[in-house]
Amino acid sequence: MNNIIENKTEVSTEPLKVPRRIAIFPKETPVKFQKEIIEEKLVQSFPNLIIREVICFQLVVIVVTFISLFVDAPLEELANPMNTPNPAKAPWYFLGLQELLHSFPPLVAGVLIPILVVIALIIIPYFDINIKRYGLWAKDRTRTLIYLSFSFTIVSIISILYKAYGIFFPSLIIYLMMLVPFFVPHRKGIIGWFYKMSLSEWIVGWFIFMAVVLTIIGTFFRGPGWGWVLPW
Amino acid sequence: MHSKVWDSIFRSKLPINTNLDRSLVIFNSLTLHIHPVKVREKAIKFSYTFYLGMISFFLFIILIVTGVLLMLYYQPAIPNAYENMKDLQYVVSNGMFLRNLHRWAAHLMVISVFLHMIRVFYAGAYKPPREFNWVVGVVLLVLTLLLSYTGYLLPFDQLSYWAVTVGVNLIQYIPVIGEKTKFLFLGGHEIGEYTLVRFYVLHCVILPLVMVLLIAFHFWRIRKDGGLH
Repeated sequence: MNNIIENKTEVSTEPLKVPRRIAIFPKETPVKFQKEIIEEKLVQSFPNLIIREVICFQLVVIVVTFISLFVDAPLEELANPMNTPNPAKAPWYFLGLQELLHSFPPLVAGVLIPILVVIALIIIPYFDINIKRYGLWAKDRTRTLIYLSFSFTIVSIISILYKAYGIFFPSLIIYLMMLVPFFVPHRKGIIGWFYKMSLSEWIVGWFIFMAVVLTIIGTFFRGPGWGWVLPW
Repeated sequence: MHSKVWDSIFRSKLPINTNLDRSLVIFNSLTLHIHPVKVREKAIKFSYTFYLGMISFFLFIILIVTGVLLMLYYQPAIPNAYENMKDLQYVVSNGMFLRNLHRWAAHLMVISVFLHMIRVFYAGAYKPPREFNWVVGVVLLVLTLLLSYTGYLLPFDQLSYWAVTVGVNLIQYIPVIGEKTKFLFLGGHEIGEYTLVRFYVLHCVILPLVMVLLIAFHFWRIRKDGGLH
């Protein structure tokens, strides 16, 4: 606050002589991220947006109808608590978690990880420090490399220790992809795209990639005793 | 078309020629007034949002309609629930088609809601002032999964019974409150008649109600935070 212009209070009835101050500006304006406001072309919602909604609705109905005409919902025999199928599988969207359950203790895979994922998703907008999304390698490349490799080593050690290769290999692939712009000076095409990606974008990309890989493994590559099988 | 009856039902007068008329179409309609009168041309392009939120919402509408129809043929009891599935397949006209619509729309909704979240993240559309609407969106994703999961038990065949067993067994690992929570959800120590009733009530009443309220709030916040405008 010491860079605020010193303010003397003068009282006078002559407004031309002593003008009243209505605001005090610091000598330097604080550096703040100001979103650029660009004038954009506006169109009428009716019919431009409404027609798109109607067509979208029709297409959704048509697609669901077509799937429903040709693929029947599964129905097995009546539930029997005495007869456990091998393997018993959760709905497909939870098979990534069930795959983790195979490697980690249930408290970690079934309780801790889902809760942490939901918390992480919720706090994303509140912990977005890098709001302009500078690329991962934009500044202090050596330090970034050290932190990144350290994090990857910890993930690798944990996942290999627990034989969670479904975590290790996707992480390795993402780690190698992150390293490409560090070693290759090329800044165009896919490498340029990698160069521009920020840390948060990499982390979410890693999460999505792992979720997809684990779900695919759980759905297609797990058979009796949760052993590895091929789907063909 | 341009009759006294038409005018009494629809507050917008035909023909619609000017931009004022087009604005009044939005203003004067209960279902449309959630839209702004004008939108950014860029914001309504398919390549901008892939319409994933819209698609999720329409799938939810399909799920409500087919779900209510399925309720007409469903009893949450053992073994009636399973027999109802057989009846849908062999006795009810288009019963299997109805069940297919409900099931595939549900699976597609899980996918579209997830993709919607990814799209919003990479577009940075959660940034201020939209932080809280992102949080509501995360809750809506969790609700979608819970709705899908509670519905999974209702046919009460081997597939649903054991899929739900896998999930429910995890609840008991929650420290301290695990056992009690499991009992609360199952209405007993293992999956039985009361589990079916509880999942039925969650699936058909409680979760959809919360979902509808939060969707309304989600849409309202899009408007207030300056979504399309």
